[in-house]
Amino acid sequence: MAPRIAEHAADAVAQITDGSTVLIGGFGNAGQPMELIDALLECGATGLTVVNNNAGQADAGLALLIKERRVKKVICSFPRQSDSWHFDEAYRAGELELELVPQGNLAERIRAAGAGIGGFFTPTGYGTMLAEGKETREIDGVGYVFETPIKADFALIKALRADTFGNLVYRKTARNFGPVMATASSNAIVQVDEIVPVGQIDPETVVTPGIYVDTVVAIESGPTPALAPKKK
Amino acid sequence: MTTFTTTEAALTRDEMAQLVAADIPAGAFVNLGIGQPTNVSNFLTDEQGVTLHTENGMLGMGPVAAEGEVDGDLINAGKIPVTELAGASYFHHADSFAMMRGGHLDVCVLGAFQVSAGGDLANWHTGAEGAIPAVGGAMDLAIGAKSTWVMMSLFTKADDSKLVEALTYPVTGLGCVSRIYTEQAVFLIDGDGVRVRSSHGTTFEELAARVPIELKRA
Repeated sequence: MAPRIAEHAADAVAQITDGSTVLIGGFGNAGQPMELIDALLECGATGLTVVNNNAGQADAGLALLIKERRVKKVICSFPRQSDSWHFDEAYRAGELELELVPQGNLAERIRAAGAGIGGFFTPTGYGTMLAEGKETREIDGVGYVFETPIKADFALIKALRADTFGNLVYRKTARNFGPVMATASSNAIVQVDEIVPVGQIDPETVVTPGIYVDTVVAIESGPTPALAPKKK
Repeated sequence: MTTFTTTEAALTRDEMAQLVAADIPAGAFVNLGIGQPTNVSNFLTDEQGVTLHTENGMLGMGPVAAEGEVDGDLINAGKIPVTELAGASYFHHADSFAMMRGGHLDVCVLGAFQVSAGGDLANWHTGAEGAIPAVGGAMDLAIGAKSTWVMMSLFTKADDSKLVEALTYPVTGLGCVSRIYTEQAVFLIDGDGVRVRSSHGTTFEELAARVPIELKRA
């Protein structure tokens, strides 16, 4: 089935309910679906579990969701940054649960969820405090840790372009988590710079096939800022 | 066969980076960690034909973007705007780390808080009470490449050796480091223990006295 084409960001995220697990794409500003995150803040959903590489920067996007205490748990690899003051405050106040995951394990756990894999043994993290309490196994003389998939109710993703079948292409390093996150949620919501008619994306260049995409919204967001906005 | 060499002066940061760059094999696929290792790219030559990987999904990363060529969608793992070289490619995060974990990268250069005589690495967390932990790609990088090299100062500000018998900082990866570049010496770690490849502004004997593990001369 072709994806729903939403009118605007608020329409795109309207189904996100309290207590949902939401994958949010992006690495720094690149690939971060800023307008969808703003709309999620506006829609008022709370008690969210958010999966992202980071835990919000400065006074924008995910950082504001955390500031408004809409997030009960963050699953990420790198929460602590020079401008992650809203995360720092909520975490130190004991008002936000953190699950810290090595970046490659995070990506692979999301990939596993989308690929129907029940878990996998990875060498990353073996012998470290992030493997404490987890099943381990030695295979051919190498230590591995068992990691489980991260499934989600929703994914918020930014791509460059979609056709009306939901086929996606991305732009440069803004691709990052988008393709795996699209596969791992029941409802992948994608913001793109433009939606084009079917046939205008060369099938050989499609990165995310439309089968994974549930909702598309066109948002003129302009060039990605190179740096996070400074504290006001 | 490696033979021990020595210079009168300690290495500067740039000289360390230059030495690491010169040691990277021609045609290698390399990941340079955030901080000091990033400087290595400034000393790689065109003739070496080294391809740089950045874990946020790119091979063929070029130099830091100059003013006027900054593109917010084209950044490195430190979120600094960079450029793309001819032959570059983009891929998603799971592919990027599969590439690393699968042993396809030849060399990874990282910073460190401590390295043990057995090549265990600590570089992600001080373990200090109340510190917010953040790991990023550190654990994946440590164990992924065919060779993991460390660039670090040999001693802390309190004059403690960062090359130790056993880590006191939280582990990033076990038995993964094969080479350490410091201002005073280059160390090789393999099944035979720790050998000093070169000393700089110091002697093998002084190093043996100050570093609390058994050292051999290469």
